[in-house]
Amino acid sequence: MSAFVDSAPPLLNASRFRAAHEVDWTRLERLLTRIEKRSVRVLSDDDLLALPLLYRSTLSSLSIARETSLDRALIAYLEQLCARAYFQLYGVSDSAWRDLGHFFTRGWPGAVASLWRETLVMAFLTIAGTVAAYMLVRADPSWYGGIVPQGLASGRDPGASAEALRATLYHSREDGLGVFASFLFGHNAQIAIFAFALGFAFVVPTALLIFYNGLMLGAMIAVFAGKGLGLNFLAWLAIHGTTELFAVIIAGAAGMRIGTAIAFPGRQARMEAVVAAGRTAAVATAGVVLMLAVAAILEGVGRQVVTSDGTRAVIGAAMLAAWLVYYYGIGRRHAQRSPD
Amino acid sequence: MRNARRTKAPVARRRSFVTPEGVDLQLELGGAGTRAAAFLIDVTLMLIVMIAVTLALFALDKATQADIAKILWLIGAFVLRNGWFVLFEMGGRGATPGKRLMRLRVVARDGARLTAGAVLARNAMREIEVFLPLSFLGAQAAAGTADAFLTIFAMLWTGIFLFFPLFNRDRLRIGDLVAGTWVVQTAISTLAADLAPANDLPRRIFPETALALYGNYELQALEDVIRGGDDLARITVAAAIRRKAGLPDDGDDDGFLADYYAALCARLEGGLLVGRRRLDKLSAVNQR
Repeated sequence: MSAFVDSAPPLLNASRFRAAHEVDWTRLERLLTRIEKRSVRVLSDDDLLALPLLYRSTLSSLSIARETSLDRALIAYLEQLCARAYFQLYGVSDSAWRDLGHFFTRGWPGAVASLWRETLVMAFLTIAGTVAAYMLVRADPSWYGGIVPQGLASGRDPGASAEALRATLYHSREDGLGVFASFLFGHNAQIAIFAFALGFAFVVPTALLIFYNGLMLGAMIAVFAGKGLGLNFLAWLAIHGTTELFAVIIAGAAGMRIGTAIAFPGRQARMEAVVAAGRTAAVATAGVVLMLAVAAILEGVGRQVVTSDGTRAVIGAAMLAAWLVYYYGIGRRHAQRSPD
Repeated sequence: MRNARRTKAPVARRRSFVTPEGVDLQLELGGAGTRAAAFLIDVTLMLIVMIAVTLALFALDKATQADIAKILWLIGAFVLRNGWFVLFEMGGRGATPGKRLMRLRVVARDGARLTAGAVLARNAMREIEVFLPLSFLGAQAAAGTADAFLTIFAMLWTGIFLFFPLFNRDRLRIGDLVAGTWVVQTAISTLAADLAPANDLPRRIFPETALALYGNYELQALEDVIRGGDDLARITVAAAIRRKAGLPDDGDDDGFLADYYAALCARLEGGLLVGRRRLDKLSAVNQR
């Protein structure tokens, strides 16, 4: 029999709980809405100091509500409120400027330095490709057409005269230097990012890409060396090539780090190994993109302006020395220890 | 039945996520459809930006006759393609405009801060997931050399990576896998009104046998019915409860349900305080 009663009802735990804490929750919700709409900078000092306290008290409200209350709407509300507060308190990175400074002083050189083993392998692959193509083309110039695509050769093939080849090295174009440089940068940087991402397929495509890069280099050297212009070509190449080739080798090394982490995770779980490798390698790849920007400026502008072999070689050597000091002098101290 | 399905679907995508304070936040992962929609929105926005910038630079090029417009376009295209996702996700919201619209957010799986390395890694992998096969296919088609085999290969390649999120239970892309991130749904809800009636109204009281019928599961199903706003469901549920408890029909279904909810909730919460958690109506008798 259901009868009516007038006495004070047994208040639910959830109701009492709501009455006691709703002020805090609403305040936290208001602060979060403001942060999410704009940024954390819109908060006053008082609000900023209150935020972590409100977060912790709401978190403990959630724990209590889960144990003592059956009001599902209340628990769902507290869950989403805590998650939003958590993202604002823990999920956001430091100020952009501090992050950027950290990237240049530690992150970038440290990541590259920790890839030293992979970098050596990729450098070896490049050199092997260069030597192989050099020998092949010197022995039989018809190999050249099979290695270097027509578009890239642009007249620089074994049939060209020494004069024509010399002109490609020293003829300086006055117009469109900037456009040329930015095109080169975009193209090379995209290839470097591919080399990183392709490492996921157990390194094979990345290694092929790097080896092929070496092949093209060797074939070109062979053509110029055949006409007695070998050293001139190397100087022409060195001004930007030390930076560019080094960057491509590091991109390959970054891809190799991911591929080897998948294939041989060592003592870590495979997923953990991949994540650690992926984050390090991605930072190195971001650095590679910056290196390629430097290389593009050297190639597009510096090489057109500086036409003396000696100066070109000196600039190239100086750049290489600077990168080596940056990575293995400064970076080595911040390199992550390899797991094994 | 409809209720059961509605509450079950998110459960499959709930993941425990323990904060440093030791509380499990039970995050909900973003569904594959939502994420695809977010990606499409982003691509559309990128195209719009691309077209707008191209037009503006074209005008600049006409006006100045210098190379500056071409240089800006070449660098801008690179930055747009690679920077759009990275820069937005590195920001405080951890989401691109598309993700923000779909209420998604990128979070590190281990609960730590989302680092720049992780954001870079998850977006650099997009190159082999989407852009490489597409541009490869596009280049082949433009050159008129896209034979059947190449097309199938490119489709297969894209397919493996594109549908990768459907083949694992955490809905991870290759990029998420490598970066150690996942994409969660960020619900924003307001606190729903308290179902317990105000103090000063007269209420029904129920006999012990009527309240002993149900457990937590039925209580929360009842909460859904009361909040749901479906008249037919309320009438049906009220009739079912009356029939089981042997109570007479007093013609006020809403009042009856509200009072029954409050009484049952008070009883079950009283049980919780002394350590008796009655999960549902089946786990009944031994708890008495």
